[in-house]
Amino acid sequence: MSKANRNIPLKVEPQRTPPLPPEQAAAVRAALDLHRDADGALLPILHSIQDALGYIPKDAVPVIAHDLNQSRAEVHGMLSFYHYFRTHPSGRHIVYLCRAEACQSMGARELEEQVKRRLGIDFHETTADGQFTLEPVYCLGNCACAPSVLVDKTLHGRVDAERFDALLVEAQEAQE
Amino acid sequence: MITATGSTIYVSRDASAQAVGADRVARAISEHAASSGADVRIVRNGSRGMLWLEPLVEVVTPAGRIAYGPVQVKDIEGLFAAGFLHGGSHALKLGTVEDIDYFRKQERLTFARVGVTDPLSLEDYRTHGGLRGLTNALQMAPADIVTVVTDSGLRGRGGAAFPAGIKWKTALEAAGTRKYIVCNADEGDSGTFSDRMLMEGDPFVLIEGMVIAGLAVGATQGYIYLRCEYPHAHAALKAAIAAAYANRLLGDDILGSGRSFELDVRLGAGAYICGEETSLLDSLEGKRGQVRVKPPLPAISGLFGKPTIINNVITLASVPIILDRGAAYYRDFGMGRSRGTLPLQLAGNIRHGGLVEKAFGLTLRELLYDYGGGSATGRPIRAVQVGGPLGAYLPESQFDTPIDYEAFAAIRGMLGHGGIVAFDDTVDMAQQARFAMEFCAIESCGKCTPCRIGSTRGVEVIDHIVANRSRGSNTTLLRDLCDTMINGSLCALGGLTPFPVLSALEHFSEDFAPGRSPSAAEGTDGLERPPRDAPLPLSAVGGG
Repeated sequence: MSKANRNIPLKVEPQRTPPLPPEQAAAVRAALDLHRDADGALLPILHSIQDALGYIPKDAVPVIAHDLNQSRAEVHGMLSFYHYFRTHPSGRHIVYLCRAEACQSMGARELEEQVKRRLGIDFHETTADGQFTLEPVYCLGNCACAPSVLVDKTLHGRVDAERFDALLVEAQEAQE
Repeated sequence: MITATGSTIYVSRDASAQAVGADRVARAISEHAASSGADVRIVRNGSRGMLWLEPLVEVVTPAGRIAYGPVQVKDIEGLFAAGFLHGGSHALKLGTVEDIDYFRKQERLTFARVGVTDPLSLEDYRTHGGLRGLTNALQMAPADIVTVVTDSGLRGRGGAAFPAGIKWKTALEAAGTRKYIVCNADEGDSGTFSDRMLMEGDPFVLIEGMVIAGLAVGATQGYIYLRCEYPHAHAALKAAIAAAYANRLLGDDILGSGRSFELDVRLGAGAYICGEETSLLDSLEGKRGQVRVKPPLPAISGLFGKPTIINNVITLASVPIILDRGAAYYRDFGMGRSRGTLPLQLAGNIRHGGLVEKAFGLTLRELLYDYGGGSATGRPIRAVQVGGPLGAYLPESQFDTPIDYEAFAAIRGMLGHGGIVAFDDTVDMAQQARFAMEFCAIESCGKCTPCRIGSTRGVEVIDHIVANRSRGSNTTLLRDLCDTMINGSLCALGGLTPFPVLSALEHFSEDFAPGRSPSAAEGTDGLERPPRDAPLPLSAVGGG
């Protein structure tokens, strides 16, 4: 817009951002095409993108906002509100460790320390080899077989330090 | 000897059963059967709820379904050798499932089919009494359906225990051509898993309940808002909804009646607060899950501003049996103003953890010892948290409280969604109180200052108390902070977080004494602030 007409809100230009790499752009477009017309479309759209890419690239925010005729703040607000959505790639496997009360009663606090030591990372971090990301979770609904750990989409109960080591091996074998 | 028709074996597909190896067991049985030429059909059922016996293997025999458990892969060869396909004796043999004490003593209404049927077989569902409630409802006027639900005494099973019939009546009478039925399947409370077990073990009953709710208030669109931490339930619901559409249980001609109801599952994204009904509605609308001010009630202005019934999974899943057997049948179970049954969940440090559906009125002690068998570790049970992370911690002296909404309210407790988490005597209650505040800080939606900021201050004040920094004044400060949170928060997260804290302080004050919990002051969650030597000024609390 020129200086002369800057007070006339003719049209809101989407803010310039670097174009998404083709793979990401395709995933974002597919998610939008699939859910755009649904009521409350933003939540399924974000899930769809994260399912495809493993995370939601920050540069996708203006694309989604523009497409849904929402503000970037609204889309960004969703990403920052929900613990599950991530804006950076994770490791190959995500380990969700339950920190809630039922698991605490069966030793989850100790397990948490052991897991962090074993992986050498804290929550929300990824191991140096890119294999595992550790995330806290508050209840996996497996409270009678605590402590619980979800590795990717596989749930494990009665986990102790020894069992956890075995899970890491299983996860890596499963992918090979 | 294998009969011409072969043997039918049930191995649960429930997430908890899978978490302790049910898939591996099912695979091993089928491999062993294949190699030994046995004709075996494996049905993956829901769980019977005796989770300490999972993986539970049931074999159909002329004498009934004989159970073996807990079965591990290494046991399979021995089971075949013992002739378990015909109910042969084995160290793991438990007898017929229905005769196992834990199961026999229950009153299963809502969970009648869970563990019995193949969850995704609509034929099984019909054979075991499914769709009778809906068939009745299709013949009834909307107001009559609502009356039956009101007369049954059914109250919201999500935790707030609001009478379902009143909610339905409000939505029925609300003006509007577009109305919604929303199922709250954001079961975030630790120690609860009944919603999950039901959705995985009998998803059609939830669908049927939602269709009936739609008929009752004139809604034609339903949403199940499911937490993303439940991938197994998600898969089960998606498959069940597809089957329901294919068989005209959903769609534009329900059971040939010409009535329509559409149903969708929406996944949450890891926010505990979205279990609160108004946050959930905002989340469904594609927004941050922030609590709304009530009024307006969702029944009048809910999803997208339209009249909306929002009920918990168990509430909606209890509707079909009420419409099938009548209001009086359901109401005759229970005590006082708590009518019907409650699927209770025994969790945490408990020997026989699992699901117990019973009429209201039995005591906590009966649940913990007669069903639960005491702690898993064999040590004395010292504290029990009932009703999730916002429920009070109860000491042994309160174990005789009956399972009843009012009885729990009278001891400043909360029955909530029926989750019971046991702790043995190694528990550090100052740590548990601290965690309640920490959890609130992590999960607060941020709308109300007492919740958003008070929870973080709460963690700090508890750390000061435990570290013996100005104990007296900090304890006063903590109580004051709790009072501010209780009275100054819009929803239950900020308003109830103080209950576990205050109950720990009241019943287990010795744990807050210096030297008791060295680790409390050095947690690892990133919420810590540098320790202060002086107590916080009162102005820092709740003032924003």
